[in-house]
Amino acid sequence: MRIFDPHIHMTSRTTDDYQAMYDAGVRAVTEPAFWLGQPRTSVGSFRDYFDGLVGWERFRAAQFGITHHCTVALNPKEANDPRLAGVLDLLPRYLAKDGVVAVGETGFDAMTEAEETVFVRHLGLAAEHGLPVLVHTPHRDKVEGTRRSLELVAGSGLPPGMVLIDHLNEVTVGQVAEAGCWMGFSIYPDTKMDEHRMVKVLSEYGLDRMIVNSAADWGRSDPLKTLKTGRAMLDAGFGEDDVDRVLWRNPVEFYAQSGRLLLDDAQAADPTATWEGNSVLRGQRPV
Amino acid sequence: MTTPAAAARLAELVTRVTEHPNQLPTLFPAVARLVGRGPTDPADRDGLLTLRVEDDARVTLLAAAAGSGRLDTNQLAALLTELYEEGDGDERRAVLRALDRLDAVDPRVGRRLVEDALRSNDPRLIAAAMGRFAARHLGADAWRHGVLKCLFVGVPLAAVTDWADRVDSELVRMTADFTAEREAAGRTVPEDARRILAAPRPDPGPEPSEDPEHPQAREGER
Repeated sequence: MRIFDPHIHMTSRTTDDYQAMYDAGVRAVTEPAFWLGQPRTSVGSFRDYFDGLVGWERFRAAQFGITHHCTVALNPKEANDPRLAGVLDLLPRYLAKDGVVAVGETGFDAMTEAEETVFVRHLGLAAEHGLPVLVHTPHRDKVEGTRRSLELVAGSGLPPGMVLIDHLNEVTVGQVAEAGCWMGFSIYPDTKMDEHRMVKVLSEYGLDRMIVNSAADWGRSDPLKTLKTGRAMLDAGFGEDDVDRVLWRNPVEFYAQSGRLLLDDAQAADPTATWEGNSVLRGQRPV
Repeated sequence: MTTPAAAARLAELVTRVTEHPNQLPTLFPAVARLVGRGPTDPADRDGLLTLRVEDDARVTLLAAAAGSGRLDTNQLAALLTELYEEGDGDERRAVLRALDRLDAVDPRVGRRLVEDALRSNDPRLIAAAMGRFAARHLGADAWRHGVLKCLFVGVPLAAVTDWADRVDSELVRMTADFTAEREAAGRTVPEDARRILAAPRPDPGPEPSEDPEHPQAREGER
């Protein structure tokens, strides 16, 4: 089983996790920029964090045969802190870099005006840089937060296929399927979704535009939930190719729209890999 | 590795940068996407000894900017600093490689970038930092620590330009200590450490075995 974990916060994880992920078949990840579990207080903290995402963390992952990508944004929680407004001015230079495959995580936390303003700015930056967007949906008031997120996406003029709405569940997936955006599911030990509920959603909605991630971070979470979901799919009667589609080809297709994927390196590091796709991953775009 | 189309794109970029060197910060991150990336020597995947395709292209562009006649020394220094400080690992590596090729760089500026890279733990940056520029301009202390760092993180000594010309008794002492520490821990000693210990040096100094502060140096002199 080859796995692309499209949402995992590796800066919070250990080298044992990297090794276990590699052993489980994980060959690529995307690490969305998010908060630290406690608020930052200055723009400089973000600069160092973003530098780490495109520098040290990428190197750390490569040591374990895993290609590391990231997304950058001012996350919804910290979008509410006026001291951090300057983070938006930092973003363009990171959005030009290889391996930065989307704008995100953006979206809503507490559905404030400040969050909405920053969210809209992010949608504009994505259009400007030709990048997809990773949208975090709130833990509280999720249905309304998802509805308003889709409204803003529609208003932005971005094609729905360039947008991934994440942390969905049984009650929010329907409206995203209808909108034509990609549908992301974070599989957690005891919150959000579990792998068996996920399999039911896949049975009901099909595999198109379906993305599964572990969203593992500094909290109680499990970086192998992607593998466990793949196994649950096989147990439920899905085929190997279905699993490959959900756990590899779908996230590759979504993030390849950036033209910034680095997957050729991972392939070179894994001589047993049989997959192809270099050309699709090397989108040439004007600068 | 590089297709004719990619070579044509590089040529276009060179023209642009020669005419407008101030566009380089915008172009620099996109170079690998436009020109290509990957090792030029399959045996040197990380580009520790050779320039990778994207390194070579970025160095070419920096050389074009430096040779454009449109930047004075201060402006060139500011450009290199900006590209390094705002770069990801790949971009930083290319700036370090370019230092080896640009004679017009103020050595104080280049040294600051090289010393920053040597504080990192990324072998690709450390290897790129120990090239021709470091051989010529890095102070003795920083250079010795750079060599020792190479031994620590597995950068081959062959990546250190002209290392044999700069070996001195202090580097031999440091290497002997490193070797003794590795042996005490039952760990492998890199062959490169033995090469340093065996290298002729201009200031042989006291035999390490005579130094009571460093009795373990005897190990290294075997």
